[in-house]
Amino acid sequence: MVTVPDRDSELRQRAWEAAASVVDPEIPVLTIADLGVLRDVIVDGDHVEVAITPTYSGCPAMNMIALEIEVALERAGFRHPKVRTVLSPAWTTDWMSEEGRRKLRAYGIAPPLASRSRRALFGEQAIVCPQCGSGNTELLSEFGSTSCKALWRCKACREPFDYFKCH
Amino acid sequence: MPVANVEVSETPLVLYAVRRADDALILGHRLSEWCGHAPMMEEDMALSNIALDLIGQARELYTYAAKAEGGDNDEDKLAYLRDVRQYRNLLLVEQPNGDFAQTLVRQFFYSAFADLYWRAMMNSRDATLAAIGAKSEKESAYHLRHASEWIIRLGDGTEGSHVRAQGAIDHLWAFTGEMFAVDDGERALIHAGIAIDPGTLRGGWMTTLSDVVSEATLTLPQNDWMQQGGRSGRHSEHLGHLLSELQSMQRTFPGQTW
Repeated sequence: MVTVPDRDSELRQRAWEAAASVVDPEIPVLTIADLGVLRDVIVDGDHVEVAITPTYSGCPAMNMIALEIEVALERAGFRHPKVRTVLSPAWTTDWMSEEGRRKLRAYGIAPPLASRSRRALFGEQAIVCPQCGSGNTELLSEFGSTSCKALWRCKACREPFDYFKCH
Repeated sequence: MPVANVEVSETPLVLYAVRRADDALILGHRLSEWCGHAPMMEEDMALSNIALDLIGQARELYTYAAKAEGGDNDEDKLAYLRDVRQYRNLLLVEQPNGDFAQTLVRQFFYSAFADLYWRAMMNSRDATLAAIGAKSEKESAYHLRHASEWIIRLGDGTEGSHVRAQGAIDHLWAFTGEMFAVDDGERALIHAGIAIDPGTLRGGWMTTLSDVVSEATLTLPQNDWMQQGGRSGRHSEHLGHLLSELQSMQRTFPGQTW
């Protein structure tokens, strides 16, 4: 590999930073880079194309995210940016950055466990309360306020909380 | 002015994708009918979330079908501008919600199948179908667990919930055979490594059903007479009513967008 610090790579860096600044409209503390939704940025001359991967098949936030990427790139000086959706490899919460996990917890949402816990049929999961840090918690519903969250309750501080479920 | 139905050139590959898309869309729509009516808040959200996943899966499959067709159709035209006889979904998914037990038994029968199906489709030789399989199986794992827990809760619950759950199983059983039916076009796609042979999933499906149903103190019917027709467009009267609601906006205001 030869790295050439040419105009294209500078432009790509600028385009990446612009796209990476877009936040999830449902969880505005997380950027799409934190989420692992931002997959690639391709700059070819004056054309820029951003590849994103959907979280859940039907997540309504994806249309909003695509629109906001276009707006962010136009603001950064790119004309007619394109957003492409890639299905493969399928998005997993394992791609969420450490920074993203920390921000989620501070926001009051328990971050996802590793995705290998996903297939445990009727399995017990140990989720730590993001409010008080207790592990004495219980699942209320595997389906919460958005596609990506489950509803839990802490039995120590009695507060309900969202858990970003592993995927 | 009435809006004309779109024509679909049903090559085996287009038909294959449309059938799976129709399953997901129609079941997703059925579940969405519970929105605001479910017996408790958590279930209202759960069923709406699952509906959203299914409609998302349908969108990907319709988009794939439209591309395979190579004409002017797109996901919206395929969903909104085909009439009852052009729909190719399983009879199971169009059955009315009935009571909560009937909705969850329908969901359980389908999810136990879909979960195996999407996992198998991850190995399709077609890269897009494999990607759709990989995306969908993550969602179906949750759907199956949700439905399984409810079957056990209802079956092993009160006398009333037990009777309703058993009644739903007995009523819906005859619609499950269609999941395993394959026609000649699909058989060729299976040989080419593109489509999934549902026959190979039957054993796993029966194991899931037996495990959950016996834990729920319920029983599976012994009769093996199965009702078919959905895959070739011969539907129960329920689908027409469902479509009249699903399509009313596009039929009334053709080409309307958000």
